[in-house]
Formats: sequence, C-alpha cells, structure tokens
Amino acid sequence: MVRRATVSPTATFHYHSEPLPQNNSEMASLSSQSNGTVRPPVTVKYTKLFINGEFVDSVSGKKFETLDPRTGEVIASVSEARQEDVDLAVKAARAAFDHGPWPRMSGYERGRILHKFADLVLQHSEELAALETFDNGKPLDMSRMMDLPYCIEVLRYYAGSADKIHGLTLKMNGPYQAHTLHEPIGVVGQIIPWNFPLLMFFAKVAPALACGCTVIIKSAEQTPLTALYCAQLARETGIPPGVLNVLSGFGETAGAAMSSHMDIDKISFTGSTQVGRLIMEAAAKSNLKPVTLELGGKSPLIVMEDADIDEAVDIAHLAVFTNMGQVCLAGSRVFVQENIYDEFVKKAVERAKKQVVGDPFKAGVHQGPQIDKMQFEKVLKYIQYGKEEGAKLLTGGSCLGGQGFYIGTTIFSDVQDDMKIAQDEIFGPVMSILKFKTIDEAIERGNKTIYGLGAGIVTKNVDVANRLARSLRVGMVWINCYLAGSADCPLGGYKMSGIGREYGSNGLENYLQVKCVITPLQESPWL
Amino acid sequence: MAPLSSESSTVLPQVKYTKLFINGEFVDSVSGKTFETIDPRTEEAITRVSEAQKEDVDLAVKAARAAFDHGPWPRMSGYQRGCIMYKYAELVLQHGEELAALETLDNGKPLDMAQALDIPYSAEVIRYYAGSADKIHGQTLKMSGQYQGITLHEPIGVVGLIIPWNYPMVMFFSKVGPALAAGCTIVIKPAEQTPLTALYCAQLAKEAGIPPGVLNALSGFGETAGAAISSHMDIDKVSFTGSTQVGRLIMEAAAKSNLKPVTLELGGKSPVIVMDDADVDKAVNIAHLAIFNNMGQVCLAGSRVFVQEGIYDEFVKKAVATAKQQVVGDPFQPGVQHGPQIDKMQYEKVLEYIQYGKRDGANLVFGGNSLGDKGFYIEPTIFSDVEDDMQIAKEEIFGPVMSILKFKTIEEAIERGNKTIYGLGAGIITNDINIANRLSRSLRVGTVWINSYLAVSADIPLGGYKMSGIGREYGSYGLDNYLQVKCVITPLQDSPWL
Repeated sequence: MVRRATVSPTATFHYHSEPLPQNNSEMASLSSQSNGTVRPPVTVKYTKLFINGEFVDSVSGKKFETLDPRTGEVIASVSEARQEDVDLAVKAARAAFDHGPWPRMSGYERGRILHKFADLVLQHSEELAALETFDNGKPLDMSRMMDLPYCIEVLRYYAGSADKIHGLTLKMNGPYQAHTLHEPIGVVGQIIPWNFPLLMFFAKVAPALACGCTVIIKSAEQTPLTALYCAQLARETGIPPGVLNVLSGFGETAGAAMSSHMDIDKISFTGSTQVGRLIMEAAAKSNLKPVTLELGGKSPLIVMEDADIDEAVDIAHLAVFTNMGQVCLAGSRVFVQENIYDEFVKKAVERAKKQVVGDPFKAGVHQGPQIDKMQFEKVLKYIQYGKEEGAKLLTGGSCLGGQGFYIGTTIFSDVQDDMKIAQDEIFGPVMSILKFKTIDEAIERGNKTIYGLGAGIVTKNVDVANRLARSLRVGMVWINCYLAGSADCPLGGYKMSGIGREYGSNGLENYLQVKCVITPLQESPWL
Repeated sequence: MAPLSSESSTVLPQVKYTKLFINGEFVDSVSGKTFETIDPRTEEAITRVSEAQKEDVDLAVKAARAAFDHGPWPRMSGYQRGCIMYKYAELVLQHGEELAALETLDNGKPLDMAQALDIPYSAEVIRYYAGSADKIHGQTLKMSGQYQGITLHEPIGVVGLIIPWNYPMVMFFSKVGPALAAGCTIVIKPAEQTPLTALYCAQLAKEAGIPPGVLNALSGFGETAGAAISSHMDIDKVSFTGSTQVGRLIMEAAAKSNLKPVTLELGGKSPVIVMDDADVDKAVNIAHLAIFNNMGQVCLAGSRVFVQEGIYDEFVKKAVATAKQQVVGDPFQPGVQHGPQIDKMQYEKVLEYIQYGKRDGANLVFGGNSLGDKGFYIEPTIFSDVEDDMQIAKEEIFGPVMSILKFKTIEEAIERGNKTIYGLGAGIITNDINIANRLSRSLRVGTVWINSYLAVSADIPLGGYKMSGIGREYGSYGLDNYLQVKCVITPLQDSPWL
C-alpha cells in the first residue's frame, strides 16, 4: 500500500523509503547490550569556541561537560562561553557586517559559497550523523536518513534564495515613485535547542547567511558538538572570519548575554515558551531587537471515524514517538472519534509494543534515550501525574535499563482535557488518547490550549479535512500524514507557540529589513 | 504671524461622541470616570470624555473575542469586508469637513492641513486596504517529496491598537484599515490628548455596517488602558505607535503576558543630507518641510540637517529666510501653517531642548521662543553649528527645531547620519544619481526620500531599523501584521509531476 510507506512507523519526514526492520521484543536491543554500549564510530575533534574564524578557549578558560545520554557519562569537555565571549563574538560579527565582504558580495556569490558549505556537510555526513547520535541519543538511522539530508536540503534551499531577494516597485498615489530594498538586518543572535541540533543550526544559519547577515549562534549545552564541527566546515568552505561565530554555553549566561546585547540586531530562538518569554523581555529591555520565537506545543491529532485505523495508528505513532517525543510539533493529544476509539487504542498499543528501544547506534533501533537526566525525570514525573489523575496506562510507563535515560514507549487512554498530561508539553514518548463525539467538539477541545503549533487530521472526507484545517488555530496542519516537512514549508506557531515563521520564503524575512526609497517622478507619461 | 486665537471668527465643531465605544454602543466607563481633553490653542478644556481603565478594556476584549470567535466579520468573504470598508471610507469623506475641524480642535494642526492631508489620506488608506481584503493570498508549496503544502494567511485574532496624538485619524486608519481587511477584531486606544476623532470614527464604523464588537474604541491613558491592552491574555497582537521608551514597555508586557507579537513604530532622529551639488532653494524647502511640518510633531521629522560645507553658509541663510515666512497662528485660520504644540508637557519639553541647544553652544539663528500668553505656541526654531554630541542632535525633540550640521565628505555624512540609536527615515538632496544610490543604500533607515521628504502613499511601507521599531505599516507589508501563516500539508498520490 503506497500510502502506508509514507507514514511507515519509522518514517520521520519523508526521507525513509524503506521501513526499517521491526523487532517484536521491546527491550531486546537494550538488554542485548548489557555488557556495554556500542562504541561510537566517531571521535570529538572540536571543543573550543569558534570566534572570528578561529577556535579559541573561553576568556575565563571555563569548560563544561557534554554527556552521552546512553550512559550519562562524559563525552568531552567543551569551552563555556559567557558574557565576555559573547562580546568578542559580537565584535567580530559587527566588524564582519559593517566592513567585511559577506554583506557586500552579491547574493549569487553568497549562494555559491552556501552550496559549497552544503557539499562539505554532505561529504562529512557519516561523521556528523554519528556525532549527532553520540551527543543527542537519537537513532543513528534517523540522523542519517532524516537529520543530515534535511540539513543539506535547507542549506541548498537558502543558497538558491540568496540571489532571489526581491523588493517591490511602488507606483504611489502622486508624482513619486518608490521601491523597497530588502536588506540584511545586521548581526543576528541565534539560540537553538538540543532535539535537532544540526537541523536547527541550519534552519537558522542558512537564511541569515543567505540574506548577508553575520551570525552568533549558541548551541544547547546538551548538544554542542555538531555545531562546532559545522563551524569548522564553514571555515573550510571559505565563509569569511566573523560571519559565523559558534558558541557553546548555557542559556542563563551566554543566552542571556545575547538576548540583551545592545549590538545584536535580531534574535531568533527555538525552545520552551518559558524561555521564549525571557528572550523577548530581554530584547524589549535592551535595544528592542525583533524576535523570532519557535516555542512549545501540545498539538492535537484528530482521528475521524472514517479513517483507515491502521493508517491512523501509524500516523499517531509517528507523531508522538519520533525522536523520543522530543519534537516541538509532537502530536501529543490524540483525539479519536468514539466509534473507532476502542479499536484504535488496541492497535496503538500493539504498534507501540513493536517500537524497538535500544542503543541508538544499533541498526533497526527506533527509540534511544531521552536527552538528559532532567528531561528523563520530567517525563517520568508526567507519567506519574497521568496515573494519579486517572488516565489508563496501557503500555510503557517506566524507565528502561540500568543506565542512561531510556523510557518505555508509553500510552495513556481515557485521558481528559483537564489532566496535566493533556495540558502541558511533556517532550517525551508519551501518547495521550482522548475520546470525542462530534467534529465541533474536536475543534473546541483541539483549540483549548495555550499553544498553537501543529495539528494532524486523519480522515478521507475532504470537507471534514478542510473544515478542521481551517478551524484549528495552529501554524502547521497535516492531513493524513504528520511531520512531513520540506525546506519550502513555513513552520511556526499561533498563540503562545511563538512569533514568526521559519523555513521557506517566510523564513528569509526574519533576517531582512525593509527600506523604502522614494523619489519625485518628473513628467512620467503614466502613473 | 497670524492671530494666535480667533474664536470670534471661527465656528468650532460640536463634540458629539465622548463615551467609550464597546460592542457597537457608546457607553460610560465602568468606573464612571472621565477626563478632559484640552484645546492646545487656549489650554482650556474642550470637553470631558469617558476614561477607560482595565475593566473597560476587559469588556472591550470580551466583545472583540466574541466577534472574532463567533461573529460574522472573519467569516464573511474578503470581498464583503472590502465593500463595507469602502462604505466606511465614503462616510469619512462625507463627514470630512467636520472631522477635519474636530482634528484641528483637539490636536491644534492647521485646518488647511487636516483638510488637505489628514482626511483624504485617511480615506486613501481605508480604500487601499478595502481593496486588499479580497487579495490575501497564500502560496502553493511543491515540497521535496510526495506531499503538497499550501499556506493560508488567516486573521491573527483580537488585536490591540494604541495610537499617538500627532496624526490621530491617519494613525487610526493605518492600524484599523489592515486589521479590518484581514478579518481581525479590534480594541483601539487613541491618545489621551486626542480622543475625539477616534470616537467619531467609531460611530461611522457602525453606520458603515461593521458589526458590533468588531471595532471597539477606548479613550484613556497609557499607564492604565494601554498597559491593560498590552498585557492582556486574550489579545492576540498589539500594534503601537509612539515613543521608543513606551514601545519598550509594550514589548515587555507582551513578553510577560501571552507572548503576543508586537508591531512598533517608534521614535526617530532622521538625517537630511544636502550635497554640494543640490539646488539650495529646493534643498531649503525640503528641509523646511521635513522638520516644520505638523509643528515638528512627526516621528519621521528630518531633525538633523547635514549640509555639505560648500553650500553651508548659503543654506543656513536661506533656511532662516524661509522659516521667517512660516505663518504661525490659530490653526483654524486659512493660510496658517503652524499651530500650537499638542500640550503643556510637550511644549515645555521643546523649550527645554532649545535651552539645551543654547547651553551646548549651538548657534540659535532663528526663533527659540514661545509665542502668545496662552496656548502652546513655539516659533519655528533653527540652530546652526550643531555638533553630533549635543543633546539636540541626539534626542528626539518632537517640535519645530531644525538642527543644521556641517559635513565635508560623503563618507562622513554616512557615518554621522547613522550614528544614532534610531533608524526611521532619511532625506537625500543631490542631482547625482550615484550619490543618491550610495547614500540610500548606506543609511540604515526604513524610509529614504531622495529630493523630497514626507511624500507618502498608502502603498509605501513605513517602519524603522534599529530602535525605531519592529515591523512595517502601510502597503502590502502592513497587512502581514494582522495575519498568521498556516501551512497545510497532505500526501500527494500518483502525481504525474513534482
């Protein structure tokens, strides 16, 4: 069945064409490595801050440890950026913007360089994928088939956009004429999360570079390694010094220094709604820099009773269990219409039991560990809340293995709207199934959240699909699929899920200012 | 100079609407409180208007929320919304004389100007967006796989709009126009100095057939009503025009409440750069217009005039001669070009800056005094020999004070022109197209006028770089402030092409 392949249990985005082998024993993979974890096929090469085209120690000399989520053990110590390092990076980026070649070369030339950057990422894909899995814990299969190809796609998309930044010609109401110039906004600060470290890196860096901006990007403290590796690739590509500065560090210090910096012209952040609020507040209190925020979600997936149940179960599984549930767009509230509810629940549990949890470096593993101890404990706490509040735990619900941050693929049924697990973003492998009767009810309950990031609709009826797609107050709606993405699709939130859009042509606007130039028009034969 | 006050020969407009406009009705404020709005010509009260506070904002938001969630406005077609908006524009023009007089009474701007500019431009802006309402298009996305995507540009919801007192009607429609076209519902707060035309326009909205709850107009103060709007948990968007200082508070309140997106049109200290090759008379006229228009109460005012050394002395001389011809007087008198400043606070602030100019060693070559024994009149004032580090060259004065600075090279003009926290506008006067292009590319500002200034049109986006704001208003860009982008993706089965 063709459609089945597009939503195959292991398919995140569309890069998988073949389903990976399934293992019927949930814990087989994890327990089989009780003698020790797989040795990652990669070594860590870059651990310093990348400022003005060079790897340097932090001013304080301080470092912090990045941990392997499979074991909780240290992978490497990396330099820790603080206020003074941010200042140095901003100084370099400012000089590169005000006087350097990057914003002064043509968009075509910038595009050529970005394509070369993409070539180098492709050349080093295997190593980058392994490093990503090492630092983040996501299945290597997924790093290879989803994260890396999508990074390259995004980079190439914006490489091709660099010479297509067009303004408008304005005829005006009078003997004048005007045109708009879309100019680079200047020095941009970017703060990215740990769930898709490489993809987030390129989703922010690529449009900013295409526009001619210069960049200071801070990776998440949990996952600094691939960003530093990419800094080296940027250097090899020939991106001039100061144009791309990469800092490892913490939000409270480096992130705060960036968002409140008086000489950063724009800030783009992806992460929690709570931190997004701090970023915007800091921007307001400092130099009123515009913000782009990609924040949390509690996205509903609405399964109508005309749906093919097997297909719906596959979509729902993918929607919440991809990347161990660590996806801002995760379909974490599955609303199932009452007539198919019992069958859906039964099949969802069967499907979850086939999820292969284990060492992410092993082929065929679908689910690795959560990112760190804090997240691991938070997810377990929410599972506890679910039980306490009377939701029915059908599978999973506990941690797995003697070490690392593994959690079983978890499903609750009989979830009610007012339960904590139905209201808060869990960011873990926890599916909540809710029952509904009418489409009006699905719309009302689907929208009853502070968030508005994504939604899924599973139905064969085009009128129902259109009505739901129009009614749900979210930035991204998937009909009969979920998490299918492409560099040309804008992504971002309604309500408290954020401000602005990334990816696609909309994503470019985050890094452009609009200048309108007006002249008198003498003796034009036409107005 | 014309008479500063001439009540005997002027028929003043009647004030008809002084209450809050909520859910299609004029109502008293919950507290029953009212405040005075002052005639800037006389310092006397024109009337008392209802004062909105937090509880009134809550009522207005409730009405707007219901109108958005369940009412007809966002559910009718863009074409239908456009038809109603065209009717609205007709009504504004039909009542144009009365509105112009009311604007002048409350604001003090010359009636000639209110009639020739504010009213027709207000109508132009509504009509521009009326015509946009059925042209809100998304994209079709082919995607890089067996899927297809579309984007829907949907109304963002309930919007809070906070406007200043310098162009009360134009600001009203520059925010209300695109918000209505997008299908949003509105809570708008006019400035406490100038509530009258906004309330009148609320009545016209009702007559045009805009449904109850869609447009709510609240007179009140920033610290109370404005703060309640910007921190409201059920307002989906806030758009503010005013000072950089208050813009900061608005954005902070948005961040601390529900993370509503903000559009901010803030302050400026815009340079006008006059090159040696310019026709000096023409340059003087442009510079004069750039700073003395609307008594200097223009965010885009060309308040730093950089003149190249070869023509500097002649420029200063002619600028003074032109300023001398400025007709200051009762704004209701025909031919008057320059009325009073808006209120006592602004009046005192401008006089204070004139003192700073003298203190810091700038050369006061014209004006510098208040006029008359009542009202907030200040002479057109010119300082020459102004230096970049003087307070009058750094801060927004928002009054009729021209600062003339001398420069030698184009590089110097670029560097000094950009040496400000602001980035709103700039003027360039030259006949050399290469210089014009170089300067317009180099200046970090949102609007550049070449051999002109303040020429505007509804299709021209306006907004700031740096600390002059966030976002653009007017034109197609202005519509984006009131739209959310939704991307809808489906699998694509058996397409013959990708």
